[in-house]
Amino acid sequence: MAVLGSPARTLRGLLRELRYLNAATGRPYRDTPAYRYLMKAFRAHRVTSEKLCRAQHELHFQAAAYLCLLRSVRAHLALHQEFHGKGERSVEESAGLVGLQLPRQPGGKGWEP
Amino acid sequence: ARPPRSSGAMWRSCLRLRDRGRRLLTWPPGDPTASASLRLPLQSPARAYAPPTERKRFYQNVSITQGEGGFEINLDHRKLKTPQAKLFTVPSEALAIAVATEWDSQHDTIKFYTMHLTTLCNTSLDNPTQRSKDQVIQAAVKFLDTDTICYRVEEPETLVELQKNEWDPIIEWAEKRYGVEIGSSTSIMGPSIPAKTREVLVSHLASYNMWALQGIEFVVAQLKSMVLTLGLIDLHLTVEQAVLLSRLEEEYQIQKWGNIEWAHDYELQELRARTAAGTLFVHLCSENTTVKHKLLQE
Repeated sequence: MAVLGSPARTLRGLLRELRYLNAATGRPYRDTPAYRYLMKAFRAHRVTSEKLCRAQHELHFQAAAYLCLLRSVRAHLALHQEFHGKGERSVEESAGLVGLQLPRQPGGKGWEP
Repeated sequence: ARPPRSSGAMWRSCLRLRDRGRRLLTWPPGDPTASASLRLPLQSPARAYAPPTERKRFYQNVSITQGEGGFEINLDHRKLKTPQAKLFTVPSEALAIAVATEWDSQHDTIKFYTMHLTTLCNTSLDNPTQRSKDQVIQAAVKFLDTDTICYRVEEPETLVELQKNEWDPIIEWAEKRYGVEIGSSTSIMGPSIPAKTREVLVSHLASYNMWALQGIEFVVAQLKSMVLTLGLIDLHLTVEQAVLLSRLEEEYQIQKWGNIEWAHDYELQELRARTAAGTLFVHLCSENTTVKHKLLQE
């Protein structure tokens, strides 16, 4: 069975991601349906008499998968915008990627009309 | 000799190259490198049409309503539709909330390539490939013949050992959990999977509904592994672990040769996001099924 760590940690991670998602829209993240749903679900499954409750574990697994989804999408989007989001690179930029520079010739190369 | 079609295509691309060369020559004098970035977008030849990957966010509020067929998403006062113009309805509330969050978290532009749950729902609703349940199951089980974690290398020795230590326990777990034989192989033909194994897995997958199966096939295709996907469905592996195991050789090469952010990290995050979305989708769409399973198991 997958080891997931403490549910409180997962919830904190999820709330942090929700804050990131709502940062740009400017609305408080506590107003979102996602926040209400998560808090309700985590509260409802907090108490269990069994040592290993399968339903609780399953819910925690889903929460961990959702956290992984939100985190990875944010990281992927950041990398995409940094490296891939601007269309094709110019020759100069491509050369710069591997630490090269295009040759510079003052006054042109002589073959321009 | 090449077939006429490909040579025609080659000829066309040659023409295009020549046109581009001419355009370079007719540029006004000046420093070509300085002006390149400014003028290229205007002068670059028209390409074949590709649908835009992003479009403007045209709505303010996202809300959820419960309809007859399930939960629906509203963008302002319009109902969300699938690409084939069907009404977008999902069976579970949690899934609807996750999809609504995806739409609400798009800032100025809608970035469809980050909305994996929406994509999965659209695929399930539209079923664009028009496949039946059996065909989806067959497509997923087919991956077992070429399962990533059943293919082993013979050298270098450290990688052989790494694969043995990391992958063998998962195969053992799957063999025990489903009472089947899987095994591994170093041959290029892959391991010979007994027909009974396939039968058992097909009948196991048949207990899932169509939505969950679409998700399962998606995850299998991402991880290139049926066994790792089973580990995710049965809560045996976390998404992070499954992705790491799927990329084991790549991680080994990264350890040896170094990490490149714009290739390795980019792929890692994308694979994680897709796998996590698929896994969550399967679990949210098959909640009733798994409860039945548990009762049978006890």
